[in-house]
Amino acid sequence: MDFEPSDEPVALKILIAGGFGVGKTTLVGAVSEIRPLRTEEVLSDRGVGVDDLGGVETKTTTTVAMDFGRITIREGLVVYLFGTPGQERFWFMWDELSYGALGAVVLADTRRLTDCFPSIDYFEQRGTPFIVAVNCFDDAQRYEPEDVRIALDLDQDVPVLNCDARLRSSAKTVLVTLVEHSLKKLSASRY
Amino acid sequence: MSGPQWLDDEAGPVVRPYALIRGRTRSSGDTMDVIAMVMATGARPAPSVVLGPEQERILHATRRAVSVADVAADLDLPLGVVRVLLGDLKDQGLISVRQPAPEALPRTSDRILKEVINGLRAL
Repeated sequence: MDFEPSDEPVALKILIAGGFGVGKTTLVGAVSEIRPLRTEEVLSDRGVGVDDLGGVETKTTTTVAMDFGRITIREGLVVYLFGTPGQERFWFMWDELSYGALGAVVLADTRRLTDCFPSIDYFEQRGTPFIVAVNCFDDAQRYEPEDVRIALDLDQDVPVLNCDARLRSSAKTVLVTLVEHSLKKLSASRY
Repeated sequence: MSGPQWLDDEAGPVVRPYALIRGRTRSSGDTMDVIAMVMATGARPAPSVVLGPEQERILHATRRAVSVADVAADLDLPLGVVRVLLGDLKDQGLISVRQPAPEALPRTSDRILKEVINGLRAL
């Protein structure tokens, strides 16, 4: 058996980015069958001071888990979600994941808005379509999406919405908003 | 507070993942995208080849087309290790690999994206 032209499966990638504890795992779990996916990280300088790497000459790696979700739209059309930490030291994973990605959801927490700056810079620079979804934690003050847009200095065309990452319906709205945005960007780039 | 207590799986596997691939970190699987689709060809390994249990599990998991990331998650092995194992299987003609179209997005037709939007709404 080999791949036949007629049954070419289509797989699409969506990135879920944001700081630690912002709700990436919750969001991915709300809409898809979620599993941990392990990958390797080259130990940073900071790790060298902690871990004893004496006598180790070559690059040393440690494994990092990311959230991995799969949504089967139909037989032969699958959307994969990758929840990745937003810190710069994880960008080795992002370069690979964002290649050919449909787009990215930057998940934000209004109590720690600066956590999503690196993700936004990254996607702006790469030209990856992205949206910002503000996860509304119960004890966090609510802000209007427009206020968040101003605080993050986002372009007018970047969708910003509030969400509750625990709710399937809300997580679905987030993903639909992203794919609609990607579709719009894609259409615009053709003309 | 006392130091972290590791229980069972938390302490890590008994066989380190890189022992499975004899310490190698490079193979013909290096360039496989995380969502490249892999499928067993159904060919039998050459008589001289003895497959390891992980490779047998990969062949079982790829009877239908699945992504590289699916294989890694199913086998609970790091992506890099799975790429090496997949590279070996591909070199032996036991699996075929289809990379996603380069720069998938520009080639992804409006029709497919609309299908995704409708599919997500219907979840």
